[in-house]
Amino acid sequence: MEQPVRSDLPVAERKGARLGRRLAPYLLGAPASLWLALFFVVPMFTMLSLSLQTCDPVTLACRLTWHVGEFPQAVGEFHAYFLRSIQYGGAATVIDLVVAFPLAYWIAFRARRKSFFLLMLLLPFFVSFVIRTLTWQFILSDQGLILGTLKNLHLLPQDFHVLATGWAVTAGIAYNFLPFTALPLYVALERIDPRVLEAAADLYASRSMAFLRVTLPLAIPGIFAAFLLTFVPAVGDFVNATILGGTSNLMVGNIIQNKFLLFTDYPAASALSAILMAVLLVGIALYSRVLGSRTIEEYV
Amino acid sequence: MQEVDVRLDRVTKDFGETVAVDDLSLDIHEGEFFSMLGPSGCGKTTTLRMIGGFEEPTRGTVYLGGRDVTNLPPYRRDVNTVFQSYALFPHLNVFENVAFGLRRKKVDKRDIDRRVREALELVDLRGFETRKPSQMSGGQQQRVALARALVNRPKVLLLDEPLGAVDLKLRKQMQLELKRIQEEVGITFIYVTHDQEEAMTMSDRLAVMRHGRAEQVGVPEDVYENPQTEFVATFLGASNLLDGELKEERDGISTVLLSGGDVVRLPSSRAPFRVGSAVRVGVRPEKIQIEADEGGEPPMGLNRVRGLLRMSTYIGVSHQYKVEGPGGAELTVWVQNLGARPAPRPGERVVLSWRPEHTFAVLPQGYAAEEEEAV
Ligand SMILES: Nc1ncnc2c1ncn2[C@@H]1O[C@H](COP(=O)(O)OP(=O)(O)OP(=O)(O)O)[C@@H](O)[C@H]1O
Ligand SMILES: [Mg+2]
Repeated sequence: MEQPVRSDLPVAERKGARLGRRLAPYLLGAPASLWLALFFVVPMFTMLSLSLQTCDPVTLACRLTWHVGEFPQAVGEFHAYFLRSIQYGGAATVIDLVVAFPLAYWIAFRARRKSFFLLMLLLPFFVSFVIRTLTWQFILSDQGLILGTLKNLHLLPQDFHVLATGWAVTAGIAYNFLPFTALPLYVALERIDPRVLEAAADLYASRSMAFLRVTLPLAIPGIFAAFLLTFVPAVGDFVNATILGGTSNLMVGNIIQNKFLLFTDYPAASALSAILMAVLLVGIALYSRVLGSRTIEEYV
Repeated sequence: MQEVDVRLDRVTKDFGETVAVDDLSLDIHEGEFFSMLGPSGCGKTTTLRMIGGFEEPTRGTVYLGGRDVTNLPPYRRDVNTVFQSYALFPHLNVFENVAFGLRRKKVDKRDIDRRVREALELVDLRGFETRKPSQMSGGQQQRVALARALVNRPKVLLLDEPLGAVDLKLRKQMQLELKRIQEEVGITFIYVTHDQEEAMTMSDRLAVMRHGRAEQVGVPEDVYENPQTEFVATFLGASNLLDGELKEERDGISTVLLSGGDVVRLPSSRAPFRVGSAVRVGVRPEKIQIEADEGGEPPMGLNRVRGLLRMSTYIGVSHQYKVEGPGGAELTVWVQNLGARPAPRPGERVVLSWRPEHTFAVLPQGYAAEEEEAV
């Protein structure tokens, strides 16, 4: 398709080549579009329609009744879970950004064997999500390695516990999603030309000024990506709350899971999912308006 | 003379095995336009980087205004750099790029606005204020880099091929502007260029560098008229070099016997070597007169050699001749096209003559390899 158009070819063939070139982007995009349509658009509409259906509790046969009652009920009954999810997910994302930025910065600008440290960062990913989280349950357990020792040394009261608190859930999420934060940050920082930082130093910017005025603004797309890739799955997560949070720290993900699998209340589960999605989309749209149109430069 | 502004004292910079700058000492005076010339990889950029503070010398000391700044970070030096690679801030528009240094120095907002606009005017980029560097051509980016450094009016400005990507016409114009600013504001310019004409016309002094050393430092005219090494003679302008032996030195006049059998004379100050040394005698192509060999004697006191005219090239303002001289040496001659005399033709026997004071001598050295590197 990239061959030059040969003038000695019959007109029809040349036209074909030109048509091919015009079609190329669509053809290249086709597999991805098909994939999206099949595994994203269709399920999404299925979900939305399911939330407007009414199901027989015994046979589980559902019918579209345009019954919108699930939505107010979901908000009324579970708004606390939404808030908690955003709180845990948000806190975990902030923790991840704070931890991952220096880490990514160090690997991008200072480390000698970058690929080694990137591998170290990714290594926990080779272990199943659930197993990793279970390990944290073991580490944080009331009489476990850390708390047990501290209690034996009388540094902590006997009834002190971390498990089954919001702290444990937040920490678990932060731990599990750290690479999602670190990798986009690393990519953004790695792309910064060190000569630009030299220019900043040449123009009287101290190290901290150069960081504030050059490194940070250039890293903003990476920060944005890191935030998205961490915050969105973190808010919807249910594994950490299940394993580390006990019964009183459940998140929306848990409710959805329960409604779906335990109570087979498909319309309610779908409504909850739809609301979560809407909340996240609105939040992200606002957030990208702020970060997208302005740079740190204009804030300071 | 004036006060020394920048001093390199026996500075060496190693990169592992590579010696980029080798025991270099330079004194650059306040308000001076100082150029560095030399083949690619001879250490020009590295030298500038050590003055700017981006590279720490392996050995030696850098002084700015008499102060030892060897270990001072760049942002604490009153020096600005026009980087060879521009290094513009990709996230800032042209205005903010140029304003960067002024903002760091907390210059008054209104002054920033005025000075940035002046600087942009200077580099002919008015109206580009809101463009991002990625939306500009290489030459335009280079001019932004120039404006960004100039606008700060530092004591010393380091320019690493600042006009390399600018087209010829604009380049001439900006050379004049740069020279004007340098003289008006009294900034010390340290200027790296590959353009010999640029270096010759703009510099107060220049250094010809090679292998991390300064082969010769001086006023352009001196370096051109009296090159002290074979490398300088061939790197800065063209030279005809003839092998010979220094035979005699009497009354300030030295005599060299060329290997082709001719004898040439030159002022002894231009051949400061021991009698008996093997030397190469040089003369610039434009200093030579060429005429048809009619067997007669040329005016007394001139150096002369006979030869066979091989090639004649008409270049409009001048003729360029290639002459096979004594012992097969090839000589180049440029003659201004005055139209007074009929030009000799290829195949004719010719006599080349030039004045002893236009003659210089250098010690022979293997330079061919580096010359290839320089291209
Ligand atoms: N960071 C570095 N690491 C290793 N070697 C380097 C480094 N910087 C420069 N060099 C080497 O030092 C020598 C001098 O380089 P420098 O950049 O000073 O040359 P230059 O005279 O500016 O050349 P050019 O005219 O091509 O810009 C070269 O041999 C180069 O390969
Ligand atoms: Mg260079």
